Amino acid sequence: MRLLNRKPGRVLALLLLILPFLAVLAAYTVGSEIRRAENPRDKLLPAPAAIMETAERLVTEPDRRSGRILFWNDTLVSLERLFIGVGIAAAIGLVFGVLIGLLPWVRATFDGFVGVVSMVPPLAILPILFIVFGLGEVSKVALIVIGVAPFLVRDLSQRVREIPLEQIIKAQTLGASSMVIGLRVAVPQVMPRLVQAVRLSLGPAWLFLIAAEAIASDAGLGYRIFLVRRYLAMDVILTYVVWITFLAFMMDYLLRTLSRRAFPWFREGEA
Amino acid sequence: MSFVSVRDVHQRYGGRPILERVNIEVEEGTFVSIVGASGCGKSTFLRLILAQEVPVRGEISVAGAPPAKEPDRDRGVVFQRYSVFPHMTVRDNVVAAESFGASRTGWFFGAQLRAARERADAVLERIGLGHMGSSYPAALSGGMQQRLAIGQALTARPRILLLDEPFGALDPGTRLSMHDFLSDMRAEANMTVFMVTHDLSEGFKLGDRVLVFDKVRWDPQAPEAYGATITYDIDARNGGIPFQTPAQLPEETHASQP
Repeated sequence: MRLLNRKPGRVLALLLLILPFLAVLAAYTVGSEIRRAENPRDKLLPAPAAIMETAERLVTEPDRRSGRILFWNDTLVSLERLFIGVGIAAAIGLVFGVLIGLLPWVRATFDGFVGVVSMVPPLAILPILFIVFGLGEVSKVALIVIGVAPFLVRDLSQRVREIPLEQIIKAQTLGASSMVIGLRVAVPQVMPRLVQAVRLSLGPAWLFLIAAEAIASDAGLGYRIFLVRRYLAMDVILTYVVWITFLAFMMDYLLRTLSRRAFPWFREGEA
Repeated sequence: MSFVSVRDVHQRYGGRPILERVNIEVEEGTFVSIVGASGCGKSTFLRLILAQEVPVRGEISVAGAPPAKEPDRDRGVVFQRYSVFPHMTVRDNVVAAESFGASRTGWFFGAQLRAARERADAVLERIGLGHMGSSYPAALSGGMQQRLAIGQALTARPRILLLDEPFGALDPGTRLSMHDFLSDMRAEANMTVFMVTHDLSEGFKLGDRVLVFDKVRWDPQAPEAYGATITYDIDARNGGIPFQTPAQLPEETHASQP
């Protein structure tokens, strides 16, 4: 039987799913054991048990100076920046995407411009954002928006143009104005596409968030990681990395579930 | 003055002639079938009547109005595919036929919405989709989707209905039942219909008049040098004699009629 026709059973599939995670964990544990056998005070690969201890301390013990639990405070601050940034970018993506996709005049004006702007490396203009917006929240949110919005605009305008012309014509024969076609034909049909595009852009959004926090901030997940780097606190860094990964994964999962629930008519290309 | 009047219409795409010197007058309530080989401009002609395109020369007027520049509520259309909105339920597809042109945002609310939904349910009942109101079009078979598309188009009460190979993607059995469905619908509304079809027998079965599009001039060295026009205009209800307007038609020719 050909390899490509062989399928694992359900139990086996579940085991296979877990296998790479276990392999990474095992490799880390072994590496950690070897290093600590040589030097019990090794800081590079702390024992998994030590990381768990640190993690517990991080999520329960308040900071002595501020009295707040820094872990949750960092999470809150970072998520707020991320949500505002991605939210604004999604709104820009939807509005401009639909306008560019639907209206030849807007397309003629902005299509080329957006194409060029989307090629600007966002991190390269981060200094400009710090200079213009200061070191506060605005510059960090702005970096996420600038990094993500052009991609969303381009993707959404493309999706709008993929709506079959038959539907646009049909809507006109039913007496729909440009506005009605935008609101009732284009926007609802690209909403699931918007969710898809936002899911894809969450990776870059986190990248921009952590980069901005690493450079200038006084709270946030990215800030904390780069702060404790100075003390080689691998246990803290690893806890934060696992937490960020979990948050990103959950967002992706929630968006996918939301898309399924909210757009039952949308099946095609479900990933 | 006839209802649909096509005068000396030419159409070309990028310098390539597609249609040339198309002239025809159609009375209100006529079912016109349009047949011809692939690439002979049938669908182009339909798009011109739909006002999806504007001819490079000549003009088309409906009910004596000035030539339209874009599709409007006077012209209903059903395409072979993609004629219904996939993101709306079957019922809302019919409601959309009323609400799209009636309000600024295209939405109905409150009592207006409830009334429109009731009317939509009546339409669905009539086209045999009463049980599918809350489903999405993807759940419908091809024939059901086309029935919905026709019901939706008729709900907007267009003055002419344009059908671009509406049954082309359906299997032969479904096709036959769609013929009956379309005939019933038309009997109720007495609408002027233009239907493009690949199927000659379908064209003659449903049509009052059958227009054949073909190229009258043909250059073997440059097959694309000339456009197509109406080569035959057949009276499908009168033993297939060339179509004549009632004024032209002398009394005696009716003698051959059953």
